[in-house]
Amino acid sequence: MKKRTGVVRRTTKARVVTPRRRNPVRTDAAAPPLVTRKEITVQVNGVAQTAEVEVRMTLVDFIRERLGLTGTHVGCEHGVCGACTILLDGAPVRSCLMFAVQAAGQEIMTVEALGTPDRLHPIQEAFRDHHGLQCGFCTPGFLMTTLAFLRERPSPTADEIRVALAGHLCRCTVYQGIVEAVSDAAARLRAGTPTPAPRARGGARE
Amino acid sequence: MTTQYFGQRIKRNEDPRLLTGGGTFVDDVTLPDLLHAAVLRSPHAHARVRRVDTAGAEALPGVVAVYTHGDLPPSLQEPLPRLIPHPALVHHKTQYALARDKVRHVGEPVAFVVAASRYVAEDALDLIEVEYDPLPAVVTLEQAVRPGAPLVHEDAGTNVCAHYTQRVGNVDEALARAAHVFTERFVIDRGTAAPMECRGVVAQWDPRLRQLVVWDSTQAPIPIRNGLARLLGLAQGGVRVIAPDIGGGFGPKIMMFYPEEVLVPYAAMQLSRPVKWIEDRRENFAAMNHEREQIHDAAIAVDRDGRILAVRTAFLYDSGAYIPYGLTVPIVASTTLPGPYKIPNYHCEFRAVFTNKTIVSPYRGAGRPHGVFVMERLMDRVAAELGIDRVELRRRNLIQPHEFPYDVGLIYQDNAPLIYDSGNYPATLEAALQKISYEHWPQERARYRAQHRHVGLGVACYVEGSGIGPYEGCRVTVEPSGKVYAATSVGTQGQGHFTSFAQIIADALTVRVEDVIVITGDSGAFGWGTGTFASRAAVVAGSAAHLAAQAVREKTLLVAATKLEARPDDLVLEHGRVSVRGAPGKSMTLAEVAVAANPLRGTIPKEWEQPGLEASRYFAPPRGTFPNGVHAAIVEVDIETGMLKILRYVVVHDCGRVINPMILDGQIRGGVAQGLGGTFYEKLVYDESGQLLTQTFMDYLLPTTMEVPEIEVDHLETPSPLNPLGVKGAGEAGVIPVPALMAQALDDALSELGIRITEMPLSPNRLLEMIREARAQAPSPHPGPLPQGEG
Repeated sequence: MKKRTGVVRRTTKARVVTPRRRNPVRTDAAAPPLVTRKEITVQVNGVAQTAEVEVRMTLVDFIRERLGLTGTHVGCEHGVCGACTILLDGAPVRSCLMFAVQAAGQEIMTVEALGTPDRLHPIQEAFRDHHGLQCGFCTPGFLMTTLAFLRERPSPTADEIRVALAGHLCRCTVYQGIVEAVSDAAARLRAGTPTPAPRARGGARE
Repeated sequence: MTTQYFGQRIKRNEDPRLLTGGGTFVDDVTLPDLLHAAVLRSPHAHARVRRVDTAGAEALPGVVAVYTHGDLPPSLQEPLPRLIPHPALVHHKTQYALARDKVRHVGEPVAFVVAASRYVAEDALDLIEVEYDPLPAVVTLEQAVRPGAPLVHEDAGTNVCAHYTQRVGNVDEALARAAHVFTERFVIDRGTAAPMECRGVVAQWDPRLRQLVVWDSTQAPIPIRNGLARLLGLAQGGVRVIAPDIGGGFGPKIMMFYPEEVLVPYAAMQLSRPVKWIEDRRENFAAMNHEREQIHDAAIAVDRDGRILAVRTAFLYDSGAYIPYGLTVPIVASTTLPGPYKIPNYHCEFRAVFTNKTIVSPYRGAGRPHGVFVMERLMDRVAAELGIDRVELRRRNLIQPHEFPYDVGLIYQDNAPLIYDSGNYPATLEAALQKISYEHWPQERARYRAQHRHVGLGVACYVEGSGIGPYEGCRVTVEPSGKVYAATSVGTQGQGHFTSFAQIIADALTVRVEDVIVITGDSGAFGWGTGTFASRAAVVAGSAAHLAAQAVREKTLLVAATKLEARPDDLVLEHGRVSVRGAPGKSMTLAEVAVAANPLRGTIPKEWEQPGLEASRYFAPPRGTFPNGVHAAIVEVDIETGMLKILRYVVVHDCGRVINPMILDGQIRGGVAQGLGGTFYEKLVYDESGQLLTQTFMDYLLPTTMEVPEIEVDHLETPSPLNPLGVKGAGEAGVIPVPALMAQALDDALSELGIRITEMPLSPNRLLEMIREARAQAPSPHPGPLPQGEG
């Protein structure tokens, strides 16, 4: 749902002709010219990316389609499921609820920067060990929130973990495995398990 | 055999990829010159389509094509295929790819736009003018069967598309002579699977190769390929359907066809450019199939001791606006209902009914939760009325271990007799009771009551059909690198097939599990199969993988015997190396045998049959295999808010031999969590005009970490005699008894208020409503500590 229109609810009492709506992009006449494109520069996984984007492009579409970083997933486009969570200047945000232009000048970290298949980050390792994923679609969002959460609270209780992750939906519902994984990841990080250096992966440019 | 992976808690092969953002979901597929599609959907539940004007949309810069019904080729102007016909299904109505002259539910596709970007495609949707003539909508089941109700399909002359009855014994006679007969109405409302990944299709047409490649978030790539070939006039070999990583399926991702599954490939061919369509969440709520809605009128007859004499149910099944998938869900509901109990006389009949709502097809459980809800609620009723302990009542009626195979006397969804293959139902029940400390419950309950806490315990039993045919296959290949490749066409939606199938194959070939690379759901890799549904992948495809791996093992010994100049039975295969018994120096690695099996010159001995270390095998079970289980839970209700807290949740489950306990526990827990959602948080709400009011995750609530408790899981292992691995399905087990279990626990928690649950799903609001009604009628406004009820 790229266009932010409301749910269509019409009565079925009378014949209804769908009204012709004007396309805002094509608005002409005397109104001041709309800014429809803008050049932005963002730091993505340590790499500066400059691109001209449509101002209405969401941040997650920019990350996925323009930069080719498809590890960040789109689950609901209304900010509930958390699958699209990335770190923006270190804080977890839902990249479906932001426009790309709003991220100009900021620093983005996506799951691609965490670890590699050969060298997983301790959080990823813990998710694997505790079966904290099944289909893997929601997983990158969980990982990014966990990364930020454990920086803030290195020794969380199970209840604190549940609260911290309550803004993420996992439909395969391995929450129990996820909670155990986060707890274990915290222990690994406290014990000084070496973490792979964040990968400089800015993604493809068009 | 040196390494035994079967039965071990093996970490998953697929995880490193998925954890690092390396999965390939359909939306991750990107191609040069890719176009994006969007679907114009009906805003009406029921309306005639008078006129569709696409001129404005076509004029929008960036729009490449706009399709309406009349723009499609003849094969796509026909109603879409009927998936599973049934003699009782007399009006097997299926939807059009794009609505012809009428729309029958909100969300039905009316036009299809292809543009340079999804943003532009959605702009174009706004520029399409559709003139609708709204008709009165049929929204509820009861409304639909009322005489004179508006007709969803006028030419059918009725909204009832099937009426089907199955009988065992003579129920009328049993009801007439029984000591006790109890009747009850049970209402189960709609829910949706809500996989985190919505549906999606990407298609690419190569006119030079005449090859169509389709990435589809489907659970059944092979039937999709075969259907596309037929509809688009291509050879089956000219269509490759890939179900890549799938972000959850749970049932509704198996259809043939969703309109977009034919529209995207057709547009890609017509435009000679790749086309992508990704369903958004709002579309998913209205356009992906729903499930669950049924109304049962049931009766149970028992003797003085509570032994079951007869059960009868007559129910309405809401199929939605069309019924492409046939009668699977109501047949599964009626055949799951008897459960683990001996029921000498059984009558089940249902009417499948059209309404102006989204189509219904199986969602995890697929009728099983309904059957179990009705049966277990009837048992609870008997226990309460006769003053028999609910567990004792169940004990008296359970099928005993010596009675297997047990013929229930019905025909199951696979058209085979419903015969329970194996199990130990009393042992399962006792294990669950012990785990939840049932014998101490009366004291514990009294303690809670003394603290003015409304805490209840539930115990629910079920038997489920799984692992049905017709068949699946697998090809296992040892490559010259020594790596083992296995291909099967069943798709994977998170069940861990990349690991569990690898375990089976690794054991046969004595290689490391990480050296077995499993490919699933790609018709280009393996072209025969039916799909991932009915908890069948491990049973059917797993058995095929086992047979193929055993064949490769034999071939390995045969080839090595020639090279090592020994007899095959003098050879040992260990750690991926074949050696001659007693002569450890004479040996070859699997990789070396693979090279030897495919020589560049010379001859291939006749007994090798074919070159290479490769074998394909199929497994076709005679009928389904039947796992069983018992769930027990202790639940607390806050009677001021209606909120619910699960203090303990226990599962004892028997799905035969366990391939990977970690994966199995994950399947069970995930199922329970979905069951809890469908019991207490999730409900699709339609208004009286057929508008779907719940189209976001803000009004359709999926359970989060805060709602899903720790779930304690134990397994018994009664092997199935119907397959070489002795396994049974496990994908749906978790979800099946949850509504029945929660209802019983809530009854127990709220017994002083006289509340009995006969509807699902509930919500904190609905529960609060019931509590308020009950308190208004109760003599005392404050139900305090009351005498202890039966345990």
